[in-house]
Amino acid sequence: MSQPIQIHPAKGFKERSLAALNDPAQRKNFRGAMDFLQMKRRAQFPDPKDLSSLRDLGEAIRRYSLARLPDLLEQLERNLTANGIQVHWAETPDQANAIALGIARRVDARLIAKGKSMVSEEVGFNHAMEAAGIETLETDMGEYIVQLAGEAPSHIIMPAIHKTKQQIAALFAEKIPGVAYSEDVDTLIQIGRRVLRRKFAAADIGLSGVNFAVAETGTLFLVENEGNGRMCTTVPRVHIAITGIEKVVAKLEHVPPLNSLLPRSATGQPVTTYLNLISSPRKAGELDGPEEVHLILVDNGRTQAYGDLQLRATLQCIRCGACMNHCPVYARIGGPRLRHHLSGPDRRHHLAPPARSRRHLPAVLRLDAVPRLRRRLSGAHPDHRSADPLAQ
Amino acid sequence: MSARERILGRLRAAPAGSPAVLPDLGAWRAMHPPPADAAAAIALFRKNIEAARAEVHDTTAQDWPLLLAKLAAGKGVRTLLFGPNTRHGAQLAAHLNAAGPAAPRLVPYNRPVDKWRDELFDDIDASLTGARGAIADTGSLILWPDASEPRLMSLVPHIHFVLLDAALIHANLLAAITAEHWATGMPTNALVISGPSKTADIQQTLAYGAHGPREVVVLLCNTNGDKP
Repeated sequence: MSQPIQIHPAKGFKERSLAALNDPAQRKNFRGAMDFLQMKRRAQFPDPKDLSSLRDLGEAIRRYSLARLPDLLEQLERNLTANGIQVHWAETPDQANAIALGIARRVDARLIAKGKSMVSEEVGFNHAMEAAGIETLETDMGEYIVQLAGEAPSHIIMPAIHKTKQQIAALFAEKIPGVAYSEDVDTLIQIGRRVLRRKFAAADIGLSGVNFAVAETGTLFLVENEGNGRMCTTVPRVHIAITGIEKVVAKLEHVPPLNSLLPRSATGQPVTTYLNLISSPRKAGELDGPEEVHLILVDNGRTQAYGDLQLRATLQCIRCGACMNHCPVYARIGGPRLRHHLSGPDRRHHLAPPARSRRHLPAVLRLDAVPRLRRRLSGAHPDHRSADPLAQ
Repeated sequence: MSARERILGRLRAAPAGSPAVLPDLGAWRAMHPPPADAAAAIALFRKNIEAARAEVHDTTAQDWPLLLAKLAAGKGVRTLLFGPNTRHGAQLAAHLNAAGPAAPRLVPYNRPVDKWRDELFDDIDASLTGARGAIADTGSLILWPDASEPRLMSLVPHIHFVLLDAALIHANLLAAITAEHWATGMPTNALVISGPSKTADIQQTLAYGAHGPREVVVLLCNTNGDKP
């Protein structure tokens, strides 16, 4: 059975939010990061008309994909299967993890190297693998830092956005044998590169997400800057991709406009360093690439959102993260303290804490919700605007 | 019933929304006109990929091995991975073998990675691959790795030299996909590469060489044999 849409009780939300509001260092990190990302995105779209027409086209492509979703999923499965990629369907996080675990046990996997995958966060992949005695290693630099610290990602695009280089320097010096304290960012990244290269070569399975799954060609389209996604999908003997059922698009030519919106909105880049289009496992005669490629298609409440015409629109999301970068609530209380923070069509997490019911869903993104939220949190008088900790 | 049948069943049972209208890419194509001529396409490609911190060097179909040897020496490259069964691989081998001991040691990628993974990760400084084409508006290289030039050649070595024929620069990704009919047959792996590997995961500070190459060096060959 699919999970019903769950409204998370805002358990401890008030306390965590107040703690975040009263943590000037973290608020400065987030404010700086959000200003930076907003500025970068603005620079990518100097002409509002261009942005508007590109967004309209992007929406038309996503609406078309959703209007034909069951047919496109079947076409995707047919073409992937013909290409030699094995397709699995999971209604729940438990099913998704059980499928991955079945593959891992069959190939006697001990180490899974992970590229960034928000759906793997959604289904609790690492926890499920570790409970079965299989090590999972995050290889995106930000995710690696967060995992090393025993924390959760605080932003879908920049997972370690809540940490300063001083904190990361101390973390590396404490956790990685033979590493001296250095605040130099290039040095820190080269340390991560060195450690993780050994792991890519040793991993039995590489796990990745998917940005767009192309039905007509049976292609998994992945974007990234670091190259860890390519490592995870190329070096280990087995590649498992995990994604939501809404990520399918009909045609390959539908990807370029979406891929023009995605990095420009996410990080203000015209394009990511790598577009990685995977259509098959290693073929006879080829010298590298995984021998097995699997795709796990996850429902986890998406079919229920699909069944509601108002909520269906949330499945159009391409997960650029720009909404988080512009969200006044997230900018102030974001990070690990705001536990259910991942945006996008993840039904368990989608309804962020201030939204008590579906009719309040848009409140999270409404500027006028901020003073209301502040009053709810602190009980402060609404007239004390000048002293408003949220007014900066 | 399987999970698959239940998922598809729920999707099919959902109320019909707005009808499926095929997106119109014509307007987008009109908004993205190609560069005026080949020289403009080359200039735009160069500007954009250099902005992503790749190097671009003008050369010719005859002279590039000499340029590569010079650049490699300047970067302290000791080992250079190449595909011996490609035309440019053979050209490189002929040239470097004649160049004597000062040239980097050529390492052929001619066996499955499973047989030499540690050596590939630990001992290879640089690689040379061809490019299938390029994209002007994002400054990107298109690679379709194959048995002669495997996938990891453009990922594992610290420096990636790429040989590009200037005549193969497309206006944008959509133009490349359309002109080359990608939808009729995708390779195992297609790559679009826009400069060296990078990350801004530590305090939004840009750092190069995160997991892939620290340097991408484009050897831009003009088919006419003339430097632009």
